[in-house]
Amino acid sequence: MNVKFLTLAVAASLAAPLPSFAERASDGEVRIIYWQAPSILNPFLSGGTKDLESASLVLEPLGRYDQDGNMVAWLAQSIPTVENGGVSEDLTTITWKLKDGILWSDGTSVSSHDVKFTADYCMHPEGGCSQLSNFDDVASVDVIDDLTVKVTFGVPKPFPYGPFMGSTSPIIQRAQFENCMGAKAPECTEANFNPIGTGPFRVTEFRPNDVISMEANPNYRDPSKPAFASLVFKGGGDATAAGRSVLETGEFDYAWNLQLAPDVLANMEAAGKGTVVSAFGTLVERIMVNLTNPDPALGDERSTAAHPHPFLTDINVRKALSMAIDRELLVEIGYGVAGRPTCNILPAPPIYASNANDACLIHDIEGANNSLDEAGWMPGPDGIRQRDGVRISILYQTSTNAVRQDFQALIKQWWSEIGVETELRNIDASVFFGGDPGSPDTYQKFYADLEMYANNFDGTDPEVYMGNWKCDESPSPDTQWQGANMPRYCDPEYEALLDEMSKTGDLNERARLAKAMNDMLMQNFIMIPLVDRGRVSAHSNSLGGVVLNTWDSELWNAADWHRID
Amino acid sequence: MTDLAASGAERPPRSQWGDVWDQFKTHRGALAGTIFFAFVLLAVVLGPVIWPIDAQYIDIRARNSGPSLEHPLGTDQLGRDTLARVFAGGRASIAVGMTAMLLSLVLGTLIGVVAGFFRRIDGPLMRLTDLFLALPLLPLLLVIILLFRDALRTAFGPETGIFILVVFVIGITSWMQTARIVRGDVLALREREFVLAAKSVGTPPRRLISRHILPNVLSPIMVSATLGIANAIITESALSFLGLGFPSDFPTWGRLLFDATDYLQQYPERVLWPGLAISLTVLSVNYMGDGLRDALDPRIRGR
Repeated sequence: MNVKFLTLAVAASLAAPLPSFAERASDGEVRIIYWQAPSILNPFLSGGTKDLESASLVLEPLGRYDQDGNMVAWLAQSIPTVENGGVSEDLTTITWKLKDGILWSDGTSVSSHDVKFTADYCMHPEGGCSQLSNFDDVASVDVIDDLTVKVTFGVPKPFPYGPFMGSTSPIIQRAQFENCMGAKAPECTEANFNPIGTGPFRVTEFRPNDVISMEANPNYRDPSKPAFASLVFKGGGDATAAGRSVLETGEFDYAWNLQLAPDVLANMEAAGKGTVVSAFGTLVERIMVNLTNPDPALGDERSTAAHPHPFLTDINVRKALSMAIDRELLVEIGYGVAGRPTCNILPAPPIYASNANDACLIHDIEGANNSLDEAGWMPGPDGIRQRDGVRISILYQTSTNAVRQDFQALIKQWWSEIGVETELRNIDASVFFGGDPGSPDTYQKFYADLEMYANNFDGTDPEVYMGNWKCDESPSPDTQWQGANMPRYCDPEYEALLDEMSKTGDLNERARLAKAMNDMLMQNFIMIPLVDRGRVSAHSNSLGGVVLNTWDSELWNAADWHRID
Repeated sequence: MTDLAASGAERPPRSQWGDVWDQFKTHRGALAGTIFFAFVLLAVVLGPVIWPIDAQYIDIRARNSGPSLEHPLGTDQLGRDTLARVFAGGRASIAVGMTAMLLSLVLGTLIGVVAGFFRRIDGPLMRLTDLFLALPLLPLLLVIILLFRDALRTAFGPETGIFILVVFVIGITSWMQTARIVRGDVLALREREFVLAAKSVGTPPRRLISRHILPNVLSPIMVSATLGIANAIITESALSFLGLGFPSDFPTWGRLLFDATDYLQQYPERVLWPGLAISLTVLSVNYMGDGLRDALDPRIRGR
């Protein structure tokens, strides 16, 4: 590399502060593969991720979640909050202001009437809108002026960002869907297959359950984007084939949701054509601790609050069980890049993630043994720890799944090293998660000492999720075994925090409360979190600008994607 | 009559069983099958003594390793020794297979013979057989396990409890074919001259069955016995798969096979050993049955 070249390069970079790719339609074609094929491009008529994400290239909401779960204004000028006056003090209204001069891809301009129409379209009583839950408690949506729209709720909403936020609630054009209200919604095939949107691309041909062809939207608000002139969105196949087509053969630029074994994925990536990317949401594989006695001799009162557990009510036992687990190894065996060890039941979004419990990341058999020794649990003649005639013998259940059975076997071995006897049981997933009150094997009945499964929550707001561990959420015969409080945890202090959260609108304050609740659950070892499970996708090495997002559509920033040589 | 039958086995040099053995020896497949089956039995009984690695011990650093001196058949995805697991798995599988087969054989033969011999209860018994055949197996298993699992677990411990349950479940859901075949044969035999002759001299039904009917229906029973072992081994693995069988870390051949299918592409040898063990055992038992049937049939003997 000589001096002349360097000078040239520096000069070039000074002369053009925007790199060469920042010109609309200059980078040719981008090819995306989803191994589930989209069947419709109207997100209000489909709950499928494939449909929502393909539509997100065309239809956009007022605000989106970024890769950290923070809200960013999209079609709106800013995110309304209590501070900026967008959300009323009593938390019952939210006022959105659209950006000026946004055009639909057909050249007409976007107005607040389109926003109001979108709400009316979804809330139509005969419509069967699949995203209706976003509009829960909405009393009315009113147009203030051409760019302003006000949403009024029937109850105070500390988190009023259901309507018009994220890929599940984009804005559709009134002119196009005006005659498609209510029962007629599914009949408007032309509109449902070729929606007019504000996104970086517009549909040129939609073949249901096969391929969508798109081209750059000539009326997109940023004149330099998107970098690609056309886009092919191929659907169908399976995760392995999709992964191969990006990582091994390079036929496609982006493959979505590659749920593959870690070594399979690593083998594919070794071909050198692409990169595997992962991002983490709120899905945590955890062990639930039963604080009540599941002894069959108790009959109908098994696993109810009437009988405390003989040894798991001792925090030292729970703590030792958690300390003896090597979470790093579990991730390596089971999930590879698609997982990371976690010590929190609420691992994300970042503002809610606590780091007060990270000590659990250390695999500490000795510490676990000491903790049990100190609590008076001494090894008996058979090597199993006991105290006052109670042996630490655990029945540990989960659903039938190869990774989970491997986890069980590993954890059983670690626990045997601290003098804990473990019996493993696996139950068919459809029975385990089936919730049938007649079956003894459901995860709600919890007729075992420990159980392992994964759970997460929708969206970014953890209030409902943290409410799972309220006392009256405990499954019991009185609730027909419904409820999400598997450990049967009851603590008035915890509920006081929850109560406070339901009255707080400020995001930072809500985050503080959520963290406090998470720490309370974790430091009492009510649940033993194991692995934070993420989403894995892959993009070719020549595709730049990909930012994987688990809080919104994966294609949320497709406008920024570009070709790198 | 009784004395003859009982002392027949002890009379040298040409006893009935001696003849059977002479005939059996000439069937090469049967002989090979017997030798192999004896070998498998010895291996699973003595294997853990010769190869003392614990089948459930996880050595995570040695996971996914190929054959070596330390692990002659390699290790699985958690570093458990495959050879030890094949031995331990064979113990469980063969024990389940044999016991469940015996149970279903006893049930099937009893019902088949009684139904074929006593015309009056033929109808009800065959309707009962139809009923069992028509029962959807899976929901039935679910109910049985739901009702008895916890009781057996507390009475006998997790593994013995499940063993009893699995054997029982497989036994009572697989006797119907045997019963139908046996009944058909008994119906035909009952009208044969030697049975009529025995009847005419006043032989009581009990003796008629044990002296004339049973020895002659032995061959279909043998064949269904051999098929029964295979069926029981496979059903046990299906039960494990649904989470209704043994705990997931308790090795059985079916379980090993099921676990290995996930790694079929990367480590094809892992399905090989349990698969080979199941198929060769089943094959050898089948050959044994075949040879035994020929040997027990006096009309074939000597040809």
